[in-house]
Amino acid sequence: MTPSAPIALLAELTHRCPLSCPYCSNPVELERKETELDTETWKEVLGQARDLGVLQVHLSGGEPASRRDLEELTEHAAGLGLYTNLITSGIGLTPRRLDNLEAAGLDHIQLSLQGTNANLADIIGGYRGGFDRKMSVAKDIRERGIPLTLNAVMHRKNLDDLDRTIEMAVELGARRLEVACVQFHGWALQNRAALLPTREQTQAVKETVAEAARRLQGVLAFDFVPPDYYSDFPKACMGGWGSTGLNITPNGTVLPCHAAQTLTHLRFENVRDIGLEDIWYNSQAFNAYRGTDWMPEPCQSCDRKELDFGGCRCQALALAGDAGATDPVCRKSPLHAKVTEILHQEPNAHDSDLVYRKL
Amino acid sequence: MTLTLRKTDRPYLPRGVRVQRDEKRNRTVLMAPEKVIELDDIGVAILSRIDGITRLEDLVQDLAATYNAPAEQVEPDVQRFLQALRGRLYVMVQE
Repeated sequence: MTPSAPIALLAELTHRCPLSCPYCSNPVELERKETELDTETWKEVLGQARDLGVLQVHLSGGEPASRRDLEELTEHAAGLGLYTNLITSGIGLTPRRLDNLEAAGLDHIQLSLQGTNANLADIIGGYRGGFDRKMSVAKDIRERGIPLTLNAVMHRKNLDDLDRTIEMAVELGARRLEVACVQFHGWALQNRAALLPTREQTQAVKETVAEAARRLQGVLAFDFVPPDYYSDFPKACMGGWGSTGLNITPNGTVLPCHAAQTLTHLRFENVRDIGLEDIWYNSQAFNAYRGTDWMPEPCQSCDRKELDFGGCRCQALALAGDAGATDPVCRKSPLHAKVTEILHQEPNAHDSDLVYRKL
Repeated sequence: MTLTLRKTDRPYLPRGVRVQRDEKRNRTVLMAPEKVIELDDIGVAILSRIDGITRLEDLVQDLAATYNAPAEQVEPDVQRFLQALRGRLYVMVQE
């Protein structure tokens, strides 16, 4: 059976970022500026993505505004008919750059939120003054009427501020709020003992989001990523490996998901060497966990196998020591007791120091 | 607020939401922030008629005439479709 074509491309233009969040989704081994793809190569790759069937491109990082050619790449992507979404901390988006991005055809901005006040947000982001700059950028975005989603990354240190987070999303004129509880890969895994929510917080966040979604219907839409360690079933990572989305790192490495480089037994191809279409359909890495044939028990005979696809491969490796195992978050996993044990210990541990991302 | 559209409401696709052909898959889709929704013929028929000027009751009359169906039958389908999109803020209305 021929795999379906991808819908979305996450283009990580750079790993450079003024923030150093301890849950950064970039890999622990960050790529340096010298290795980044140049403007012309990114344009070529965007064209290949469009020809392959991609409809939406998420311009991300690091902080994508760290690239001086962000406007040029946005214009190129929009010109190809791609829906262009900017995923940003806001730092570096001056009013002038926002004007230029608008003129380039930018469709939407997803702005991250580290906390609801400067004290907390700047500690999490590791960047003094970051919160005030972000609020100023949010105002500039609103004035221009650029569609805005606020992406609030939530964890033990800020979950108790959820009510204020929701209020802020309304005040800032966001149409959508993503309440994204930290997923434990890479940097976040190193900080799990400090960031893992308590059971009480997990219960409260579900209730608060459900209540607010009802109260604010038609005003603010919600997307909710629950803390998956507390779930009965794992998250359907990427909606199925190699099925709908792909990720390109700053140096051109093509990944089935942003965390996939932790799977060191896979070989990830680079757009400098091979065309994107060939990589998507034929590479070892994209075919490794595609479909359901690779699945072990209990997934193979589970009626949820095409709902959650066995969960997250990176989490299976991190917790079970085998990327081909059932995600131990699943209550049917033979190794689920490991997750239970972590939940028993870590959320109640004394606060440990945060490990900030760095080169 | 309620998501129900009044007869005189004039729905529209806000900035950042558009109907677009997906040539690769030979279909029409609704493009929204971080979301692609496949449209069937009825979805295309509804969304191609909303412009922030046309009132809901006129939209329903137009669809009823075009598809030779009673307006009372068309209206609930249009309501359901637009309300679901309004809940995600993919559709907004002018009063």
